[in-house]
Amino acid sequence: MIRDATKAINQPYYRSLTRNIILIIIFVTFTPGALVMGVIWEEYNVAYTEKVFSHLRELVQKHRQNIDSFLQEKLADIQLIVSNLNFEKLRDERRLGILFQSAQALYGQVFVDLGLVDDKGMQAAYVGPFKLEKANYADAKWFREAIASEFYISDVFLGLRGHPHFVVAVRHQWQGRFWILRATINFEAFNTVVTNLRVGKTGIAFLLNRNGEFQTKKPEGVELDEVAYGNFFKNADVMENDISYVESRDHKGEKHIYLGALLNNGNWLLVFRQNYDDALADLIGFQKITVIISLLGGLAIVVMAYFLSRRMVNRIARADREKEMMNQQVIETGKLASIGELAAGIAHEINNPVAIMVEEAGWIQDLLEEEEFGRSENLEEFQRALNQINTQGKRCKEITHKLLSFARKTDSRVQNVEINTLIEDILGLSYQRAKYMNVAIHTHFGEDLPQVKMSPSEMQQVLLNMINNALDVMEKKGGTLDISTALEDDHVTIEIADNGPGIHPDHLPRVFDPFFTTKPVGKGTGLGLSICYGIINKMGGNIDVKSAIDVGTVFKIKIPVPFETGVQ
Amino acid sequence: MMEKITVLLVDDEKDFLSTMAKRLGKRGLNPLRAETGEAAIDLLKHQPVDVVVLDVKMPGMDGIATLREIKKIDPLIEVIMLTGHASVEAAIQGMELGAFDYLMKPTEIDELCYKLEDAYRKKNLQEQKIRQMERQWK
Repeated sequence: MIRDATKAINQPYYRSLTRNIILIIIFVTFTPGALVMGVIWEEYNVAYTEKVFSHLRELVQKHRQNIDSFLQEKLADIQLIVSNLNFEKLRDERRLGILFQSAQALYGQVFVDLGLVDDKGMQAAYVGPFKLEKANYADAKWFREAIASEFYISDVFLGLRGHPHFVVAVRHQWQGRFWILRATINFEAFNTVVTNLRVGKTGIAFLLNRNGEFQTKKPEGVELDEVAYGNFFKNADVMENDISYVESRDHKGEKHIYLGALLNNGNWLLVFRQNYDDALADLIGFQKITVIISLLGGLAIVVMAYFLSRRMVNRIARADREKEMMNQQVIETGKLASIGELAAGIAHEINNPVAIMVEEAGWIQDLLEEEEFGRSENLEEFQRALNQINTQGKRCKEITHKLLSFARKTDSRVQNVEINTLIEDILGLSYQRAKYMNVAIHTHFGEDLPQVKMSPSEMQQVLLNMINNALDVMEKKGGTLDISTALEDDHVTIEIADNGPGIHPDHLPRVFDPFFTTKPVGKGTGLGLSICYGIINKMGGNIDVKSAIDVGTVFKIKIPVPFETGVQ
Repeated sequence: MMEKITVLLVDDEKDFLSTMAKRLGKRGLNPLRAETGEAAIDLLKHQPVDVVVLDVKMPGMDGIATLREIKKIDPLIEVIMLTGHASVEAAIQGMELGAFDYLMKPTEIDELCYKLEDAYRKKNLQEQKIRQMERQWK
């Protein structure tokens, strides 16, 4: 049965049914799931990205303030000196040296040197590690700009010393002439201040001036293209105090985010650069987990859908087969019923002519009793022949009556039935056939069998089927058919044993399967035994079969005896 | 046989009817014939009959309907139903409607004769009872 069902599932109809169920399950589970996932995914992405960026913005903002205040502090230091001491006093290199040393003592190695420059660009006094006394800065860019404003912070340049550095300069007036006190800021120290902002693995900060030149050490791997750089300033100019934000891909195709903030009165741009994926590493981790969970879940759903639908379709296929079997059974019963009606009709039609024949023979017998025939030589012969007609007429009557009683009702009304009588009735129909086949039928009826509650016509169907089967297998060689009844515990048993060729062991477990037949196509429907099985099952009994090749087959029917009619 | 019993045979089989009539006639009965239920009713209206042998299965008016009509004309007329096996139920129904007995075709002529005599005797008995009662009432 199960084997048949798995075969059935491969039929195109069931295959497409399976596919449709799978698709529907997947569609119904995936669609809302995907929608919910999508919405949550998007919302979470936006929220998380915003959180990350606002955090970075704050970080950059704070960093800008740090750098700005560092610069302002240095400027203030110089301003303090300038406002306290005039040009005359500062020209004294010893005094300047003391100032320088105390500044270094206070602020560490931030100040590299101090220089006093007059309005002609001549360095009037200098303290520091370089030999720059009497240096002339008249042509230096920083000097021209510093002399033009009250205080000044230069871009990074190489200058006379040949090292990158920048200066903080404060202008003052003495005796109607301008002079400048300038301090060189330790580039390394400043660099540390700027670049000590490190976020994640790739988050770095650096400074650019308005020409796009690095004001700190150029970090590795950072290549600024003009567009990106231009964008920073454009955005930054617009936003003044705020942070500008740009995303761009570098030459390797990696996506980076840039946050820019203006500082040093808008002359410098603090740029924070981080790899996009690094900035959103947590989010991406979360996304990966989500994707993996979704994929596994999806896979589980697909697998579940596959097995579930297969199981369902198996059930459906089995139910369909059972339905088909039922239909066949109904058709078969219908066929039997119509054959029964037909047989009844024929029997009835034959009854009338037979009755007339018997009557006519009787009439002749009546006439023969008259005197005139009394002396006829052949009187005895006549009477014998007429008696024969009478006897054969009665035989016809018996046959038709049996046929009628068998076919009359194929209903399933339950009655109390004498098994032995029922079997005898059926054998009455089979004796003739058995005789032609050289099959001897022996009955061994158990005595005092209780009556059994069953539908006689259904039981007739079962017995006729089994007897016919037994006769069929013995058709060629003849044999013996033993039918025995007995009472075993609370069951009445009927054994139908033939000594035919037997059933092949491979076929034995399947003999009750519907549509299983070893008869040639068109000879058997394969339904007979399955219907028998169904009928006996319905009565609460069972059939089993034993068979040995070349020895014979025994079908044993067990029917329960109801308690109320039990053994008397 | 003391008197001639008048028997009406009703059957759609003409051949059966004629042979049966001849045989009953030979046994000293007075058989009448009708091939249909309608013909039988007609005949009964004009002629007194003791026992009717009625086939259950007939075209037109069937045995049961004919039986009803006969009992309307004269409830004292006894009826023996004749059936093929398939119509035993009809025969039993006939008994409920007042038929005397039923026989299955083909019938043994002697058996039929006995039944006819029984039926006739029953009819006579009933007639006598009625006559007695009539006398008492007078």
